[in-house]
Amino acid sequence: MIKNCYINGVGCISAQKTYDGTFLNEIIDHDNEPVVNVVKPEYHKYISPSSVRRMSSGVKNGIVASTLAMDEANIEQIDAIITGTGLGCLQDSEKFLKCLIEHDEEYLTPTPFIQSTHNTVAGQIALMHKCKGYNFTYVNTSSSFNAALLDGLMQIQTNEAKSVLVGGVDEIAPHTTSLFQIIEHYKSSTTNKNDSQNGQSKGHVCGEGCAFFVIESEKKESSYCEVVDVHFLNRLSHKAPNEFIVDFIRKNQLELDAVDAVILGCNNDVSFDHIYDGIQHLFSTSHLLTYKHLFGEFMTSTGVATWMACQIFKTSSIPKELVLQEGHRPIKNILIYNQYRDRDHSLILLKNV
Amino acid sequence: MNNRIAITGMGIVSAIGMNVEENYGSLMQKKHGISRVEFIKTKLKSSILVGEIKKSNQELSHILGLDKGHNFSRTAMLGTIAAKEAVKDAGLSTESDMDCGFINATSVGGMDMTERYFYDFVENPEYRRFVETQCTGVNTQNISDYIKISGLSTTISTACSSAANAVIFGARLIETGRLQRVIVGGTDALCKFTMNGFNTLMILSDNYISPFDNNRKGLNLGEGAAYLVLESKDSYIERGKEPLAFLSGYANSNDAFHQTASSEDGAGAFLAMKKALKLGHIDSKDIDYINAHGTATPNNDLSEGRAISRVFNNEVPKFSSTKPYTGHTLAAAASIEAVFSLLALKNQVIFPNLNFKEKMSEFNLTPVLEVEKVKMNTVLSNSFGFGGNCSALIFNKS
Repeated sequence: MIKNCYINGVGCISAQKTYDGTFLNEIIDHDNEPVVNVVKPEYHKYISPSSVRRMSSGVKNGIVASTLAMDEANIEQIDAIITGTGLGCLQDSEKFLKCLIEHDEEYLTPTPFIQSTHNTVAGQIALMHKCKGYNFTYVNTSSSFNAALLDGLMQIQTNEAKSVLVGGVDEIAPHTTSLFQIIEHYKSSTTNKNDSQNGQSKGHVCGEGCAFFVIESEKKESSYCEVVDVHFLNRLSHKAPNEFIVDFIRKNQLELDAVDAVILGCNNDVSFDHIYDGIQHLFSTSHLLTYKHLFGEFMTSTGVATWMACQIFKTSSIPKELVLQEGHRPIKNILIYNQYRDRDHSLILLKNV
Repeated sequence: MNNRIAITGMGIVSAIGMNVEENYGSLMQKKHGISRVEFIKTKLKSSILVGEIKKSNQELSHILGLDKGHNFSRTAMLGTIAAKEAVKDAGLSTESDMDCGFINATSVGGMDMTERYFYDFVENPEYRRFVETQCTGVNTQNISDYIKISGLSTTISTACSSAANAVIFGARLIETGRLQRVIVGGTDALCKFTMNGFNTLMILSDNYISPFDNNRKGLNLGEGAAYLVLESKDSYIERGKEPLAFLSGYANSNDAFHQTASSEDGAGAFLAMKKALKLGHIDSKDIDYINAHGTATPNNDLSEGRAISRVFNNEVPKFSSTKPYTGHTLAAAASIEAVFSLLALKNQVIFPNLNFKEKMSEFNLTPVLEVEKVKMNTVLSNSFGFGGNCSALIFNKS
């Protein structure tokens, strides 16, 4: 018997104030900055002062977001910890690498090397909670969070686990950002300025963030929604995005019309945003929402989209800043569709409880 | 496990060979692949030994027939060579097969390129095609494009247990009916980043490693890649393909003790082995051989030895670590050792634990020291990593 999978707790640290239980009541305008950092929570409330100094922002955000999610779900022990990260612990990687290059392999210390490991966040959370269960980290560009969520969903569905902590986390590091700006994957200051004058340009705003979820087989008071299905492909080959979406919805025994809202991963990159063009035809009466203009783009941003969907279910409201197309209907099913540079096409289907 | 997962193909590249056959030959002849590093300019050159594959990047790209302007890192090239062999061995035609996936594992990804051009990227446009290879996922994309995978594809990075976890996730995708066929394994190239990182941890040996020896001094790093093709029963029967063996148990646990060190009693390792046996409904007495993680660091071998002793109630089966042959290939280690475990099963032979002289004082464990013909049906392979990550895989001949 396949079990249902409920999201029972959430925690989100992002470029908006998303960690205090409110749903975008006040919007922070990042004023066309090409790089947007997270709004920092009060780390010292969750982490010891020495660790606050030692840990990179991604690890800290991961600890805070996972704590928030576990508090909401009102659990102290989890059966599994599964994280996704597109670029991993970039700040410590850069620190170690810079030292290695600049001092010609001398004067190196182990801490940044240890902390540069991709599974640092999942490992640290396991250490904190003495969780000896399943511990996985997916590092696959922008479907990393989706892979973590799929793994968790499978654990719940097959009854391998009852409570799973699933999260996505990415952090900004300066030199890597400048390199991705040079190759025009990220917008640089100049091109961004042109943006507001001439419409779109190449690349996207570089963001960072972190979202964690407690998913469980048990439906609780705190349940936000049900995770119905997750899917992702490295590339669509000869398929059109619409075909990919239709196949997925049908596979889940739904009609397209049952999708009441679609959260799209548009990131204002002129080279790739056209991929979303056909979606409006597919869902002409549904709510269409975008979010990266408020949060920036990062590899695990679908975690933030999932957090948004949870808040929409809970509050039965949609902040107007997210609306691309208004649907005039209650929301039972939300679909999240994302891609990155025409790779990592991913879908998450969530259902109201 | 309701539905046993078949293994229908394998591919490997390591310091002891560029394919399965060469690796098997070296294992049988006790021919290790450990040497001084040749292709990376490093100050550590004279102080460490490594399992380096003696092919330059240019030679590797020639083997694969890559275009001049390609952006394959060394990690991706090694991965592609091994994945290509696995696909061929299984006789798969991957193109437009949406039921065939790819689960890759890597810890360094394109770090070999990032560390080479970190500052030069800014000045020199020629190198910039390698900027994005810092995303481990881009290396997976390069491999999956080359072997024409259309279905679900992702990358796992849990340090030195990564490839075992790729095997586990792939198996679960088949068990839940999401895929029919999946290529699973890992790849890692040597780079300055990891060599220096492990050097700061002071766990690199300046000599050939001797796992489970009382005087072991640390590990040799290595590089390589290996992949298995996992397949559902429906799929291999329909294709008329005879399985090489079956994956009959697996598990992942966390030591939850320390970010890099293993607990002294090997709690995570113990749990992983126990859970894998339980999942496969396998009695510990049925394990004929253990391919140990056996890195030869003082910490790992003590922790693993204790965990093994507990799992097997001191009736420890024959065991060896094959890392003296290849070095520790990090995210590829578990799949390289999975291929060795499958070769052991196929040929009914145990590969020796090279360089062992003296039993550890803490317990009475002697690994297999010579090539030994043994009748066996079930093999356990261990892999443990940073972040307390512990995995165990069990393979069955029939």
